[in-house]
Amino acid sequence: MTGQELLDSLGKLFGPKIQHRIEFRGETTYTISPGDLREVAKFCRDELSFDYLIDITSIDNFGEEPRFEIVYELYSMTLAVHLRLKLRLSEEIGAVNTVSDIWPTANWHEREIYDMMGIKFSGHPDLRRILMWDGYPFFPLRKEFPLEGLPSEMPDVAFTKSAPLEGGPFVTQPSTATAKDREPRARPPEL
Amino acid sequence: MPESRTAAYDSKIEGNVIFTRFDAALNWVRKNSLWPMPMGLACCAIELMATAASRFDIARFGAEVMRFSPRQCDVMIVAGTVTYKMALAVKRIYEQMPEPKWVIAMGACASTGGMYRSYAVLQGIDQLLPVDVYISGCPPRPEALLAGLMKLQEKISRERSFLNQKPELVKKVGEALA
Repeated sequence: MTGQELLDSLGKLFGPKIQHRIEFRGETTYTISPGDLREVAKFCRDELSFDYLIDITSIDNFGEEPRFEIVYELYSMTLAVHLRLKLRLSEEIGAVNTVSDIWPTANWHEREIYDMMGIKFSGHPDLRRILMWDGYPFFPLRKEFPLEGLPSEMPDVAFTKSAPLEGGPFVTQPSTATAKDREPRARPPEL
Repeated sequence: MPESRTAAYDSKIEGNVIFTRFDAALNWVRKNSLWPMPMGLACCAIELMATAASRFDIARFGAEVMRFSPRQCDVMIVAGTVTYKMALAVKRIYEQMPEPKWVIAMGACASTGGMYRSYAVLQGIDQLLPVDVYISGCPPRPEALLAGLMKLQEKISRERSFLNQKPELVKKVGEALA
């Protein structure tokens, strides 16, 4: 079975469950609903030989509904095929099923997403923060969290303060203008 | 602050006797045997290791004895990014070092937070510890660390060690002489 046939067979079997499919420069992205995640993931691993979960990432589309997006990057070692699964998640639900029993590597990826974005993974065996300390009150990669941070205090564990931004953040302006216009300057966010 | 002076010593005239100030002798002993606490937290630690290795050889300045127990250290070299998660641990290690003790903030991150204007990084270790020498660079070259170490040696040689660290003894001696 070639990679394309593989992906087509997934498309056929889960046709109604795939809400959206994108082919871009040879990369296939399927959007599924959060409820179907475990079923699709198991099928991908057992039937389609996607034995390697490369990464899980999360996106905060602040101001949109549903707010969060979780992206699973799958790879088949035997067939050398990539597949990207996406699902969208509203803030009210705020939890998605774990895949850490399907791909053990998901354990720490899911902990990192929980730590940085505050999305919970139901069924995860050990859902603790992985980078910040237990008891840190914020989720730093959410869009409403300021770049300079917020003050917090946990006696004998850790504290945080706001960093002085000195006119920053210093952002490159993406455009076709000259390097002088594009270079990093203090561009406070228009809020 | 008294100035540092090199001892004028002529063995033909003075034999085996040297006259000097107590502070000068004490400081001379201290500054030439600084045992560092290698607080390596990021890439600066690589340069710190290079400084200790054969090409740069921090042993030439008497500071080659890197101790991984704070109880045997004189100078803490904070080499790298101090995250808030690590900050209180660094402070605790510093507090376990015996007096007298000094701190070198090596590199931009340890000095000011460096390029990390971030929620996760302490903006300079001087917010928690009294820093004696700041070294610029990202990371500083080993020569810069050696220059910083020599600055610290200069600073130590100017200290009024006895007066600062044994005030009660100074008072007693003063009373006995009076």
